[in-house]
Amino acid sequence: MKRLFPILSVLTAALLAYALYLALVVAPTDALQGDVYRIIYYHVPSAWTAFLLFFINFIASVQYLANAKPSSKTAAKWIVLAIGILGVIASFLPPVQRLLPAGMHPSAVATTVLAIPAFYFLIGKYFPGERLDVLAVTSAEVGVVFCTIVLVTGPIWARPVWGIWWAPGDIRLTSTLVLWLIYVSYLVLRRFSSSAQTQMLAAALAVFGALDVPLVYFSIWFFRTQHPQPVIGGGGSMDPRMLHVLLISWMAFLCFAFLVCWSRFRLELLHREVEEGHAMESLAGGAVAAKGSLPLNRSPQ
Amino acid sequence: MNSLWAVTLATLKKDIRLEWRSKDALNSMLFFSLLVVVIFAFAFDPLAEESRHIAGGLIWVAFLFAAVVALNQTWARELRNQVLDAYRVSPAPANALFLAKALGNFLFVSVLEALMAPLFVVFYNLHVLGPAWQLIPIAILGTWALVVNGTFFAAMSLRTRSREIMLPLLLFPISIPAVLGMVAGTTAVLTGDNPAHFYIVLLLTYDVVFTTACLALFEMILHAE
Repeated sequence: MKRLFPILSVLTAALLAYALYLALVVAPTDALQGDVYRIIYYHVPSAWTAFLLFFINFIASVQYLANAKPSSKTAAKWIVLAIGILGVIASFLPPVQRLLPAGMHPSAVATTVLAIPAFYFLIGKYFPGERLDVLAVTSAEVGVVFCTIVLVTGPIWARPVWGIWWAPGDIRLTSTLVLWLIYVSYLVLRRFSSSAQTQMLAAALAVFGALDVPLVYFSIWFFRTQHPQPVIGGGGSMDPRMLHVLLISWMAFLCFAFLVCWSRFRLELLHREVEEGHAMESLAGGAVAAKGSLPLNRSPQ
Repeated sequence: MNSLWAVTLATLKKDIRLEWRSKDALNSMLFFSLLVVVIFAFAFDPLAEESRHIAGGLIWVAFLFAAVVALNQTWARELRNQVLDAYRVSPAPANALFLAKALGNFLFVSVLEALMAPLFVVFYNLHVLGPAWQLIPIAILGTWALVVNGTFFAAMSLRTRSREIMLPLLLFPISIPAVLGMVAGTTAVLTGDNPAHFYIVLLLTYDVVFTTACLALFEMILHAE
């Protein structure tokens, strides 16, 4: 696995460069906005990546909480499965379809709903025990970075196009900002809390945050949005050439996010190993120290 | 179920008695929100027409800040003499403790609101143009929204360094939809421009969702070691 890292780094760098070339040179200029619109090739992929990472954080947190007790672990599995099945059925029922925004396909909703059990079981399989929490930290940290990119590039685009930096009360802007705030407070909590209880507290906060976001969305439902309609699964339309560039750009961003997450994940694991080593060392006392073989020492002697 | 209510009532009674004798939380909240009112009154120098538009925001920001003062004290009291540890090993249901604390805080913040509301009317020359009775459900639901999450996050920040600062950092982002509902609802009633029903429903949803979440997760927070 470790040998893959440099190869993947080179590939990601090449992909990012190619995406930048496509975005700046190949993609056609927008008829209304001119060249300003090209920022979406950074803005939108960052947003998608950030939301994906926050979603992973939420799933990992729920699973961490559920795994605390064997009974809730089984219950959570069935609930997640039920959400997947009922969600797919519900998204094809006529009364639910009427609630969807115009132009959104039920199959798109069904796929999104299916992502919940899919991610839940995949993450549960590959990240057992304490690794769930490591995944949660990693995805939250990298997600905040990408969300920051979204919040910075958005106003840069909005100033020339809307004439204002920020549209207060706008549904998408506000919910993204609140999401960012919640995850920053999540990271602050992790930093300020002593190590033994952090995981549980942080997981609970992540669940609260995930409950909060739909409520934020609902609370500003009243106001109309200025933000352009979603490109995929929504009512917006886009030149296929632009969409092509956007998707390649997203690929590049996903690879980049994966790479950053990977190294952050390994760093966090090592960090915990070191902490554990220190704890073991102080538990064992002077006897271990005298022999000079720390439990941390990995080199063969 | 019986033991849940019995423990809740006993803890609530104890908290009210403690507060009645010391008046720590109420006094500090009252003086704090009085200061906020006075400072805002100097800062804005509002005329009657303008003040109706901003008063909703001012009132709730003042109460939000004041509530944090009280919320910070709720659990700190239990840390002395290891009361919280004793509670943790006792067979009493964890949710009873949470409910008692939340109800106690609700009571204290409600008393504060009842005492401060006339002051706001005086300082900002308010008179209500919409249906005034709607302010009561907005106040009750809004206060519960602040207090239920506040009590939960206060218990959470108990385990962190510099816990006094942690509480607002955790509470404010999560409370944004509730604060928005309270402020927009109050402004809607004060100005009488549009109906406040939507915001009452929003606050009710918020309360139901987060009360459920708090009750479901509190035991884990209490026992997180």
